[in-house]
Amino acid sequence: MTVPTIVPAQSFSMKIDGIDVSARAGQTILEVAQENGIEIPMLCYVEGLSNWGGCRLCLVEVVGQKKLFPACSTAASEDAQVVTNSERLQRYRRTILELIFSERNHVCAVCVSNGHCELQAMAQKLGMTHIHVPYRFPSHDVDSSHDRFRLDQNRCILCTRCVRVCAEIEGAATKGVSGRGIESLIINDLKEAWGDSQTCTSCSKCVHVCPTGALVEKGTAAAEMAKRRQFLPYLTVMRENTP
Amino acid sequence: MTPEELRHKAAEERTAQKRYKHCLNVCMAAGCMSSGADQVKEALTSVVRRYGMEEEVPVRAVGCMGLCSAGPLVSVEPKGVLYQEVKAEDASDIVTSVNDVPVKRIHCPTDTPFFTRQKKIVLENCGKVDPERLEDYIAADGYEALLKVLTEMKPAEVVQQVTISGLRGRGGAGFPTGLKWGTVSKAGTGQKYVICNADEGDPGAFMDRAVLESDPHRVLEGMAVAGYAVGADRGYIYIRAEYPLAIKRLRLAIRQATRAGLLGNQIFGTTFNFNIELRLGAGAFVCGEETALIASIEGRRGLPRPRPPFPANYGLFGRPTLINNVETLANIPTIIRNGGAWFASIGTEKSKGTKVFALAGRVQNTGLIEVPMGVTLREIIFDIGGGIPEGKKFKAVQTGGPSGGCIPEQHLDMPVDYESLMQVGSIMGSGGMIVMDETSNMVDVARFFMEFCMTESCGKCVPCRVGTYQMHELLDRIHRGQGTPTDLELLKELCDVVKNTSLCGLGQTSPNPVLSTLRYFEHEYQELIAAANQAHAATPAGEVTR
Repeated sequence: MTVPTIVPAQSFSMKIDGIDVSARAGQTILEVAQENGIEIPMLCYVEGLSNWGGCRLCLVEVVGQKKLFPACSTAASEDAQVVTNSERLQRYRRTILELIFSERNHVCAVCVSNGHCELQAMAQKLGMTHIHVPYRFPSHDVDSSHDRFRLDQNRCILCTRCVRVCAEIEGAATKGVSGRGIESLIINDLKEAWGDSQTCTSCSKCVHVCPTGALVEKGTAAAEMAKRRQFLPYLTVMRENTP
Repeated sequence: MTPEELRHKAAEERTAQKRYKHCLNVCMAAGCMSSGADQVKEALTSVVRRYGMEEEVPVRAVGCMGLCSAGPLVSVEPKGVLYQEVKAEDASDIVTSVNDVPVKRIHCPTDTPFFTRQKKIVLENCGKVDPERLEDYIAADGYEALLKVLTEMKPAEVVQQVTISGLRGRGGAGFPTGLKWGTVSKAGTGQKYVICNADEGDPGAFMDRAVLESDPHRVLEGMAVAGYAVGADRGYIYIRAEYPLAIKRLRLAIRQATRAGLLGNQIFGTTFNFNIELRLGAGAFVCGEETALIASIEGRRGLPRPRPPFPANYGLFGRPTLINNVETLANIPTIIRNGGAWFASIGTEKSKGTKVFALAGRVQNTGLIEVPMGVTLREIIFDIGGGIPEGKKFKAVQTGGPSGGCIPEQHLDMPVDYESLMQVGSIMGSGGMIVMDETSNMVDVARFFMEFCMTESCGKCVPCRVGTYQMHELLDRIHRGQGTPTDLELLKELCDVVKNTSLCGLGQTSPNPVLSTLRYFEHEYQELIAAANQAHAATPAGEVTR
């Protein structure tokens, strides 16, 4: 009788914040941490969308390495010792958040997403009590030309979730980024009014992946815009099943 | 072209060149062109024709001779007489004196340190061959290295020679070239690519432009050798559209080489194929970063992505890709011809070979120089560069562009190599060297480079996008005389954050000009802030200052 050989899944152990965890080959540090209930802050990452690596909040330390690594796009490796919440990381994260808040006009009190905003929640979670970098107070347009949705550049953090969900899941590629650096802007088609867009399918995915009040449904008053995130767990399935 | 044909062509061209008694070489690189070299060449040609001397004294267009500040330059070969600041009116004097003593008025002595202290490997043909003639390059041992690797060496042996040579990436970071080649050659089989990074964007840097304008075939040959070594049959040159002359000459060179069978399929009758295409950059500094460059070639927005995976394993169109800088590739033909050990005998222990620098700013002789690694900054600036004009005092030299730093007087005797420059807070970078005298304000210098980083930030990651903006605002405020001690503290804090949290090398190094000026010239920041404080205190209560 032949003994059936069990092919061992390629898994290994590593340490995150001093806790021994097991990881499979191909997983990122973020995925391993999430599986083990260790929370790593992030704003641009959405499971199922391509990696962006732009918010830099998920940076972690790896013992023995001088550089910091973005947990969302760094592969877990055997015996690595990851620190996700050192004093230094906390300080960096707070400053990065302050930079985001200083970049546009994030006025929570009058925002339709007040109380349902990932940026706001993140600031509370990371203990950001005030902003010590100067505000820019830029003047940005609000695009209300679409029948159902509104794009408010003043509340955008350029995480490009909308750009990615539109191209990768809906396949419309209506959303894009124009300009560069501090002049970057989320645009529709070739910087046209959203309402005139020929490619937008009005699927509303961009609205609901948006972490802030930049993309919202019309007809909502302050603090009324709760995003419907129920479809998010199916993004991977939606993408993989697209013919 | 067969090996015999190449050798025959080289011999034929050499005899043809020997036939001439004298030869008038006019520098036709961008520097001299902009000061009227084309008119000089036209005038020389018509004078030669008038005297009926076409058969003995040909007028040739050649590449950069180095001393750009004294352009247009004309040299009389093989006598080795150099003329500077030549005007069209000087043409007949030059032509009539070819057999006589040189024209004193425009004569440029070549026994000065500027010429004698240099060692030319990358620039060995610059100012000697006509960049628009393939035959000239072949006569100067061109494509010999390619012939040698294709007929005598295995790919692994080529990689080995490059490893032995100790050559390190000349684009700035100084990664060992042999190691990079080895990684790509081992990265499986199938389609691979070689990319030449010619997206030179540092303010004050023009090394790559000069090499491409003066000796384009050298870079093509280096790429083909690299392609053979790593197993790639396709190459891309990513060059910025702001270099029209270099693009024109590269296009021509690719066409000539392809027509002669030195590029294309079955080169020298072997099974090796290699084709090169040009891709033009649309003016984004970040596209010099390798992952952004790849994205740009693929037709996407030129944005960097997190590494790993490195391009050596996952590069252009997802295939293993070798990316090297122009100067790195230009070193390759000579390394192959003379052997890696020969190259390794030049330079210092960890930095081998020579480095091309673009000397600019407040220095007597500005232009293009090539020196062995390990010479001191003092030799470069005071001997080769001729010191500071108008009797002013030296203050600092900026190396490495916006990713580099300012080096003050006390470190001038330090040898120029990758490690030493890093130690004093700067980097080798691609080779821009901007000399500043006592009239420069270092806060202003830092502000200039931060403005560059701010406008060139791609905007993908928060620390670089917003951080560089905030740092620029702070520097601007301090420079305007409105800064406070708190501003300085915040500036330092932001330097730390941007340096450690940015996505790509550009963001990570953008605080360097601030950090290095703070390290050596913090008193200038303090003085401006103290003055601002006094002005503020002296303002009567209730009055608003602007």
